[in-house]
Amino acid sequence: MIETRQTTVPVPQDIQEDLQSALFLSTRPPRPSPLASSMVFGWRALLKIKYVPEQMFDVTIFPVMFTLMFTYLFGGALAGSTSDYLQFLLPGILVQTVVFLTVYTGFGLNTDITKGIFDRVRTLPIWRPSALVGALLGDAMRYTIASIIVIGLGLLLGYRPPGGPAGVLLAVLLMLTFAFSMSWIWTMLGLILRTPNSVMGVSMTILFPLTFASNIFVDPQTMPPWLASFVDVNPITILVTAMRGLINGNAAGSEILLALLVSGGFLAIFAPLTMHFYHHKK
Amino acid sequence: MPGSQTELAVETRALVKVFGQNRAVDGVDLEMPCGTVYGLLGPNGAGKTTTIRMLSTLLQPDGGTARVLGYDVVRQADAVRSRMSLTGQFASADEDLTGQENLVMLARLWGFSRMQARSRAEELLHAFHLEDAARRQVKNYSGGMRRRLDIAASIIITPELLFLDEPTAGLDPRSRNQVWSIVRALLAEGTTVLLTTQYLEEADQLCERIAVIDRGRVIAEGTGGELKESVGKGTLLVRLRRPEHRPRAQEILQRVLSDVTLHQLLDPAALSARLNHTERVAEALAALQQAGIAVTEFSLGRPSLDEVFLALTGQPAEEKTTEGEINH
Ligand SMILES: Nc1ncnc2c1ncn2[C@@H]1O[C@H](COP(=O)(O)OP(=O)(O)OP(=O)(O)O)[C@@H](O)[C@H]1O
Ligand SMILES: [Mg+2]
Repeated sequence: MIETRQTTVPVPQDIQEDLQSALFLSTRPPRPSPLASSMVFGWRALLKIKYVPEQMFDVTIFPVMFTLMFTYLFGGALAGSTSDYLQFLLPGILVQTVVFLTVYTGFGLNTDITKGIFDRVRTLPIWRPSALVGALLGDAMRYTIASIIVIGLGLLLGYRPPGGPAGVLLAVLLMLTFAFSMSWIWTMLGLILRTPNSVMGVSMTILFPLTFASNIFVDPQTMPPWLASFVDVNPITILVTAMRGLINGNAAGSEILLALLVSGGFLAIFAPLTMHFYHHKK
Repeated sequence: MPGSQTELAVETRALVKVFGQNRAVDGVDLEMPCGTVYGLLGPNGAGKTTTIRMLSTLLQPDGGTARVLGYDVVRQADAVRSRMSLTGQFASADEDLTGQENLVMLARLWGFSRMQARSRAEELLHAFHLEDAARRQVKNYSGGMRRRLDIAASIIITPELLFLDEPTAGLDPRSRNQVWSIVRALLAEGTTVLLTTQYLEEADQLCERIAVIDRGRVIAEGTGGELKESVGKGTLLVRLRRPEHRPRAQEILQRVLSDVTLHQLLDPAALSARLNHTERVAEALAALQQAGIAVTEFSLGRPSLDEVFLALTGQPAEEKTTEGEINH
């Protein structure tokens, strides 16, 4: 009787020994805190900048393009002179730039999902939102860079913030809070839509009317009443109003409070929805 | 352990997952003991990945229950997560980062400090022979290197239970052997392994017990030996010098061996016979010789899992191993 078993190539002894010793773990570290695990994902986002520097294109070129284009295209027509217009536009263009950057959050999340990276992350015993919170922290970094570029360029072009540096700083902080909260809309879309490109498409479809039908470019008083009434309740308008106030040094507490409430609203609705879809993702 | 029942690593009851109209997992019952390598064997679309994704808390079952290491996968998902690890069917490393960065990131997520995470990553890279590639982006890794990195990423904390979804699909024999030796080393360290495979040979080589799954159902369960027993005592393979002798040889074998099932193989000069008893084999060969039919090769072996699959499903397994299937 002949019985041939399939041959197994013998494994060199040293491989086995290295493996055995690597497998033998004497200590098991404690579970990381929510902040610690979120920071790890933030670190990952920063590492990505190192390897995919092209992604910094949109945080550097976009802001410059937007600021120059709108100032010189519309400035003369809308405000009589480009320097007057810049004085009005700058807080708004800051918002426009950063709000458009937030959609990359959903895009990036969806890319991670399609590539299977989140499968591993979702089997880890960590605070569940950390992957998303961490990614958003990394994004906040990008928003900050874009803000610095817009403000720096504005100063070069002759913009002067009436409220001084403190006003600008507070306005940027308010905007980062708003952007962080609003990003949860895109993370939700990133989880429910199938491809990164569809996330991009849907997000842009929402953002274009939201940013243009706002007080970023023109004073709503020049608009027909039906449009002006939409513009008045547009969250972007609420943010821009509060930021103009801070930057111009004449902010009303109620305007700032309203902007914070809108941010809180986004967070309260879309963060739980995002986590629901994250948990039940197929 | 006093007072505790037999330890089960995985226990499912009537587990179901439905995608639209498709019952991807359709009532799976599994009982997998701790301290073994257990195989889920089945063709494409059988429901292996879906089952593993439910067990590793990535998917919510639509029916039935599943317990992993005694914890319910839905209600005690966190307890399950801290004790098991999954190496999915498709790579889960971040392609833009290096192998080292991927491991450091995961080690940090398991709670290691920055320093500890680095040294744990180095240790694993060394053990998995990825040191040279440690500082290259994963997108430049070969299939075998990715697999090893993926497995390394799953054992940053030695898990009590490791799920490996088709760990050797698409690997060359050398890389496949490396993966096998990793599985054996893990077992030796006390990790229970549940692996899925389409390779019958692999399940036979590695797994103590095997569940054969097809269209979302377990159609057979047992040791490789038991599964083989269930389809007869063995297989006789005969290769003739001249293909035109095959019909006559088939007649003779049928007559002498009586109670057998004969198959004509793809090779036009080869025949295989599934035997219920092996006593008459010598007689059959003598009869062929007397009839002037030259035999260039023959072998007698236990049935392969391939034949088990054929017998159970009426279809051959879709994917076959490229080696070692005829030489029984
Ligand atoms: N997310 C999903 N949505 C819809 N259908 C799915 C999904 N995942 C799997 N299926 C379907 O469920 C069935 C089982 O798929 P599964 O991936 O579990 O098979 P498998 O045994 O792992 O196959 P393979 O060997 O090809 O990996 C298939 O018919 C598949 O098309
Ligand atoms: Mg699969």
